[in-house]
Amino acid sequence: MITLHWLYVLAGAMFAAFAIGSARDATNPKRWGNGAFWGLLAVSFWFGDFLGDVGNGVLVLALVTIAGTHFLGRGSKQSTTILERERFSGRLGNRLFLPALVIPFTAFAGTLLFTYTPLKASGLIDPKSVTLVLLGAGVIIALVICYAWLRPPLTAPIEEGRRLMDSIGWAAVLPQMLAALGAVFAAAGVGTTIGAMAGAIIPSGSVFLAVLLYALGMVVFTMIMGNAFAAFPVMAAAIGIPILVHQDGGNPAVIGAVGMLSGFCGTLMTPMAANFNIVPAALLELKNQYGVIKAQVPTALPLLLANILILYFGAFR
Amino acid sequence: MINYWPLLGIALVVIGFALRFNPLLVVAVAAIVTGLLGGMPFLKILGVLGKGFNDNRYVSVIWIVLPVVGVLERYGLQQRARTLIASMRGATTGRLLIAYLAFRQIFAALGLTSVAGHPQTVRPLVAPMALAAAEKEHGKLDEATAERVKAMSAATDNVGLFFGEDIFLAIASILLIQGALAGFGIQLTPFQLSVWAIPSAICAFLIHGTRLLLLDRSLKRRGR
Repeated sequence: MITLHWLYVLAGAMFAAFAIGSARDATNPKRWGNGAFWGLLAVSFWFGDFLGDVGNGVLVLALVTIAGTHFLGRGSKQSTTILERERFSGRLGNRLFLPALVIPFTAFAGTLLFTYTPLKASGLIDPKSVTLVLLGAGVIIALVICYAWLRPPLTAPIEEGRRLMDSIGWAAVLPQMLAALGAVFAAAGVGTTIGAMAGAIIPSGSVFLAVLLYALGMVVFTMIMGNAFAAFPVMAAAIGIPILVHQDGGNPAVIGAVGMLSGFCGTLMTPMAANFNIVPAALLELKNQYGVIKAQVPTALPLLLANILILYFGAFR
Repeated sequence: MINYWPLLGIALVVIGFALRFNPLLVVAVAAIVTGLLGGMPFLKILGVLGKGFNDNRYVSVIWIVLPVVGVLERYGLQQRARTLIASMRGATTGRLLIAYLAFRQIFAALGLTSVAGHPQTVRPLVAPMALAAAEKEHGKLDEATAERVKAMSAATDNVGLFFGEDIFLAIASILLIQGALAGFGIQLTPFQLSVWAIPSAICAFLIHGTRLLLLDRSLKRRGR
């Protein structure tokens, strides 16, 4: 059965290749820092399960040290010039989109195939990680097509991938780090404390105020934790269930679903949701690392208001 | 007696991010401080942090698409995306992003969340197309405008994903809601929950779509 571990082996191989490529890149004044950073990630993907918890913790501290002491840089090797790219683009035409669309198409067709046909029972892919495994399959198919059609130099995928990876830099592991921080927050009891605080300031008598506090609590807690998943059980236990459902008789389906979506409005506004808000800023080479958040706030706030109204009128008709 | 001290860790994160220290450093320091204030010994904190990092490796697996994106960029994918948009009459930044918003919401509602995303579609396709469309309306873009268009491309992907995925029955967040409510003795089917994601999805489309049309207007006004 193809499990997530196969993907980890693939990702580890890619990071190991990035590490070697980085260390040999004389145009990068900080090449050893980059080499060590991507090398440690390769170690994490390949051997993370054998390092033990404290061992992984040390690995995390090493990554943080490299990034925090500014030992990450970028090479200046240009792959092809803008002019060459214009020429390639003119010659290759719209067919150039095809390999790029192979990845989403594989994910699309594969998910349908492994969810709605007898293949589901074949046990070929671990049902828990179908999408990610298919993503990996899509990448490999697309690479094979690129090699066969464009005939790039053998190391081109690594060199080009490394160019993009270096432009993202430390932001690449921030989402994973924040998930780890969430684990520490949970172990230190941050969630229960916030839940107790929210529960303590609940006003009695006004259903609308309780709804407002529930939705705002979801937003604030989501912004702190970086995802609504961590916030939901806490806010449901503090306000959603005891006050809105039991005391005020609200419809639990609305309280659950729209409560979570109120939290998603918070996700749009926080740097803690790094994979959605910080990583794209790096990926698109924005000057302002909070540029994506800035673009989202004017959508998130009216949408939050809409969700509060849906909660109020949907759950308490 | 509740221990309020670990909340200081949250304050550290907020301050660290606001002062723009390296976020990895901020997160690591906040984790250690929070753990210590919560009464955990240092090695225990290190273990929880390490286990959390290791258990969440799947979050970083997405980077395996970069070699493909990089090779295609080497052969002019971004340039091609621009040429295509430039040749389409009536294609504006706002209309293009509204179409992408609809695509993203519908596919996410069908459970196909990873057919698109920042590395897979926004960087190689959507952002260059949005920029090209903006240049058509506006002429050469100054840096601030280009940033705004790129940031809106990324924002559109997020809004479409967040406010589409919960319509799908088997998405993680719906299952989480179902599980959490079941813990309180409230039994609901995923369908009962996901139906209630539809009104918010429509509001998200209307609100963000309006903003995209306004973006078009401001691009046009400031152009030529």
